Amino acid sequence: MTADQIIVIIAGLGLAAWVAWYFWFSETKAVKVQTSGSGIQEAVIKVKGGYTPDVLVFEARKPIKLNFIREETAACSEEVIFSGLGKKATLTPYKTIPVELNIDEPGEYNFQCGMGMLHGKLIIE
Amino acid sequence: MTHDPVCGMEVKTSSQYYIDIDGKLYEFCSQGCQEKFAVDPMLYINKDTAIKTGYKTTSYGTEKISIPVVGLHCISCVNTIEQEIMKLPGIKLVKVNYTTETAHIEFKSGEVTTAQIINAIKNAGYKTGQATLKLGVQGMYCGSCVTKIEHALDNQNGVLSSSVDLGTETAIVNYIPGAVDISNIKNEIEKLGFQVFDSSGVKEESGSEIKDEEEIDENQAAREKEYKTLIKKFIFAAVLALPVMFFSYPTVWNLPEQFQMGSPTLQLIWIVMSILSLPVMFWSGSQFYTGAWAAFKNRSANMHTLIATGITAAWLYSAVATYFPGVFPSAELADQFFDVIFVVVALVVLGMALEIRAKGKSSEAIKKLIGLQPKTAKVIRNNSEIDIPVEEVVLDDTIIVRPGEKIPVDGVIVDGSSAIDEAMITGEAIPVEKKVDGEVIGGTINKTGSFKFKATKVGKDTALSQIIQMVEQAQSSKAPIQKIVDKVAGYFVPAVMITAIITFVIWYVFGPDPNLIYALITFVTVLVIACPCALGLATPISLMVGVGKGAENGILIRSGDALETAQKLDTIVLDKTGTITEGKPSLTDVVAVNGFSTDDVLLFSASVEKASEHPLGEAIINGAKEKSLTLSDPKDFNATPGFGVEATVDGRKILLGNLKMMQKNSIELANLQERSRQFADKGKTPMYVAIDGVAGGIIAVADVIKKDSVEAITELKKLGLEVVMITGDNSRTANAIAKQVGIDRVLSEVLPEDKAFNVQKLQNEGKKVAMVGDGINDAPALAQADIGLAIGTGTDVAIEASDITLIKGSLKGVVLAIQLSKATMKNIKQNLFGAFFYNGLGIPVAAGILFPFFGLLLSPLLAGAAMAFSSVTVVSNANRLRNFKTSWK
Repeated sequence: MTADQIIVIIAGLGLAAWVAWYFWFSETKAVKVQTSGSGIQEAVIKVKGGYTPDVLVFEARKPIKLNFIREETAACSEEVIFSGLGKKATLTPYKTIPVELNIDEPGEYNFQCGMGMLHGKLIIE
Repeated sequence: MTHDPVCGMEVKTSSQYYIDIDGKLYEFCSQGCQEKFAVDPMLYINKDTAIKTGYKTTSYGTEKISIPVVGLHCISCVNTIEQEIMKLPGIKLVKVNYTTETAHIEFKSGEVTTAQIINAIKNAGYKTGQATLKLGVQGMYCGSCVTKIEHALDNQNGVLSSSVDLGTETAIVNYIPGAVDISNIKNEIEKLGFQVFDSSGVKEESGSEIKDEEEIDENQAAREKEYKTLIKKFIFAAVLALPVMFFSYPTVWNLPEQFQMGSPTLQLIWIVMSILSLPVMFWSGSQFYTGAWAAFKNRSANMHTLIATGITAAWLYSAVATYFPGVFPSAELADQFFDVIFVVVALVVLGMALEIRAKGKSSEAIKKLIGLQPKTAKVIRNNSEIDIPVEEVVLDDTIIVRPGEKIPVDGVIVDGSSAIDEAMITGEAIPVEKKVDGEVIGGTINKTGSFKFKATKVGKDTALSQIIQMVEQAQSSKAPIQKIVDKVAGYFVPAVMITAIITFVIWYVFGPDPNLIYALITFVTVLVIACPCALGLATPISLMVGVGKGAENGILIRSGDALETAQKLDTIVLDKTGTITEGKPSLTDVVAVNGFSTDDVLLFSASVEKASEHPLGEAIINGAKEKSLTLSDPKDFNATPGFGVEATVDGRKILLGNLKMMQKNSIELANLQERSRQFADKGKTPMYVAIDGVAGGIIAVADVIKKDSVEAITELKKLGLEVVMITGDNSRTANAIAKQVGIDRVLSEVLPEDKAFNVQKLQNEGKKVAMVGDGINDAPALAQADIGLAIGTGTDVAIEASDITLIKGSLKGVVLAIQLSKATMKNIKQNLFGAFFYNGLGIPVAAGILFPFFGLLLSPLLAGAAMAFSSVTVVSNANRLRNFKTSWK
C-alpha cells in the first residue's frame, strides 16, 4: 500500500467519522422560551433550509405561540407539520405565520416540513 | 322590482300586497309583512339603520357602552344578564332591553373592562355579537404609531378593543358587528396615514386555523413564482449544457484533432466551461448551496447537501485539471467533469419544478373546500336587508338566500323552500328538497327557490369549517407506517455521505487506473443519485390526496391511523336502526277480529299512544292521521316496560302490547298469534290490541330499510368483511331484517349500553372490528371498535367518538370509505416500495457494485436524471388517487 493510499484511507475514515458525529451525535443547543407578560410563550422561528432555532424549550400548560417566518421560496419548507399534535400550517414566504399550541403533557414533540427533510423539536417541561 | 320595507326582500311590482300612505305606495312580499307594516308604518318608514350601539367616555370617568346580546328569548333572560353584570366591580347602571336585544351599561373607567362585561354576558349564558378582525397595517415605524392607531380605534363606536403589533404589522380589532363595519375600521386607520390590507384575512377569531382564499392564493402565487424561477434556472443550465456536452466527449462525436484531449483549443474551451459553470452553480443551483448551508448550521443534512457536495467536488477536480494539470501524476488524470455540473443542476432543477406542479394538484381537495366558504351574507337587521361579511353573521340572524346563491352559514329554514345542491359537502349528486324546519349547510348552493333561514352555527362552528379543520388535521397526521420511514429518513442523508466517502476510498485504494477518476465519479454519482425527498414524500403525499378525496365524497377520515386500520378490518358491525333502516318506523298492517273494524283498532291504538312518547307510538299516530281518523284523548294511561301500554279511550279499556301483556290480562288470542308470528318473520313489529277485555286485532309497524342498504352490504361482503347486525329488537324481527338485507350474523336484544361490550366480544375473537352507528347513542361502541364510523346527520360532522364520519346517511359511504382506505394504503405502499427500492438499488449501483462483475459503472449524468424524476414519480403516483372511483355506483 502506497503512502497516498494510506493518507486517503485515514482521511476518508476521519471524514466519515466526523460526518457521523456532526449530524447524528452532536447536540444542538436548545432555546428556552420565556413567558411574556400576557402569559403566552412566544417564539420566532426562521425557516430557511432548516428551522432556527430548531430545539425550543417551553413550560407545560401555558399557551405557546410559534411565529414562523419562511425566508425562502423553496417548496420543501412550505408546510410545517406537528404530527403528534395534529397541527399543520402553510407557511407563506416572507410572512409571519403563527401556530398556536396548548400542550399539557411534558415531553418532546417533533415538527417537520411536509417532506420530512427539515426537523425541529419542542421540549415541554 | 322594489324592496319589502318590512323584511327587505325584493318584491315584484306590482305586488298584490300593498299600502298607500300619502300617495306613496309600499309593496310587500306577503300578507304577514303587510299586516306588520299596517300596525306601525312609521317604524318601517323612518327606520334608523344604524344600531344604537356605542362606546363613549364621559368627563366624569364614567363609561357607557351598548352591547347587542344574542339569544334573548324571554323577559327573565334580561334579569339573568343584569344580575351577572352587576356582580362586576364599578358597574353603575345596567339596563338590558329585551326588544332591541341590547345591553346598556354605565361603569367607572379603570375598575372594569369591556372584556369583563362581555364575559359576564357569556357567563349568563348569552352571546354578544362580538367579532374579531385581523388586518395588515403598513407604514408603521415606531411604537407611537401603535398607540396612535389603537387610540383611534378604541374611540370608534362599536370597537371593544384593539391591539396593534409593530413586529408583525397587524392590527387585531374586537368589535361589535352591526355597530361598526370593516370598512369603517379600515378607514379609521387609513385616515391616520397608514395602509391597510387583509393580510391574514378576516377571521372569526385571531389565530384561527382556517385560511381564507386570499392566503391560499398568496401561497399559490409564491408556488407559481418559484416554479417560474426554477424553469428559468433550468433553461439557463440546459442551454449551456448542450455545448458543454458536445466538447466534453470529443471521441464520442468524432471531433477533429484540435478538439481532442490535450489540445490547446480544448484547454481554452475548458477554461470557458469553468467560468460558465459558475453562474450555473451559483444561480441555477443557488438553492442547493443556500439550502445546504442553512441545514448544515442546524446540524442537519438534506437533498441540497448531497447535490451541493457532489457538484462542488466535480468542479474542484475539473478546475484543478484545467488550471493546474501538472499536479496530477499522469496526464490522463487531468480530465474535466464540468458536464456533470451542467447536466445535474439542469435536471434536478427541472425535477423540482415539476414536483411543485404535481404537488399543487395533490392539495386541490382542501383548496376546493376552503374555496366553498362564502364571503358575504344577506342578513335582515332592523327590518332591512344588508350585505355583511360572513364573519359578522351572529347566531339567530335571519339570512335571505335567493336562487343560485351560496348559503353563508348553517341554519334552519324559517320561511320558504328550495332545492339545495349539497354535493360539495355530502357528495350527494341530486339536489335535496328543503322546507321550513329543514337544516341547511353553509357553503352549499341554493338552486330553485328563495328562503329565509335562522343561523344556528357560525364562524368556526359551521359544518364546513369543522370539515376543513378535520381534513387539515388528518392530512397532517401520520400513518403508523410512516414511523419506520421517519427513522430511516433521520439517518439517510449523512449515511449517504458516509457511503460516498467510503466508496471514494475503496475505489482509490482498490480501483483500476485511473483510480482517482473512478473514485471521484463514484463519489459524485452516489451523492447525486440518492433521493431523500422521494422517501420523505411517499406517505404524506398519498395521505393528503386520499383524505382529500374522501372529503370530496362526504367521508371525513380523522387520521392516518384510521386510514391504515380501515383497510385491515375483518368484521363490520352495523347498528340496525338508522344505519340499515331509515330509523323512522311506519305503520304497515292493521288486522281486526271479533267484529271490530280496522279503523276501530287503529283509532283506539293511536288514541292510547297519544300519551306515549315511544317512536313506535308515533308511527301508529301518523298512520291514523293518514287515514284522517280523529283521535280521542286517553285517560288513565299506564306504560309497563317490557309489556305495553294501557288506557281508557271513549270509555273503553284498551290494551296495546306484546304476548306477555295479553297473557297477563287473560285475553283469548286464537289465531292472532299465528298472524303475529308472520309479521315478525317479515321483520315487522306486531302489537296486540285488546278492547274491553276482548282481542281486537294486531297493529304492525316496521322500520323501512334504506334503499341502498342491500347493495352496500353485498359490496361489504365482496370486500371480504364479515357483516354483523346489532339491534335491540327481538331475534325474530332482527333475523327477518337481516335476511332481507343479506346479513348472516345477528346480535339481537342488545341493550344500548351493551353495544360496546358486544363489539369487544367480537374483538376478543381476534378480529379487527368496525362499528357503524350514529354518533350519539352508539358513541361508546364506536369508541370501543377499532374503527368507529359515525353516520352523521346534516351539520353534526365533528363526532368525537368516530374515526370516520360519513356526512351522507347512507351505507354506501362505508363501502367507499373502506375502498378508499385500501386504495390509499396501496398507493402509500407503492410509493414506499418505489422509494426504498430506488435508493436501495440505486446507491450500490452508483457506488460501482456492478463493476467487478459486469464492468458497468453508472454515469453521474444518468444518476442526476434518475434522482430528478424519482420524487416527481412519487407525487404523480399519489395524484393517481385523485381519479379514485368506487367500483359501483
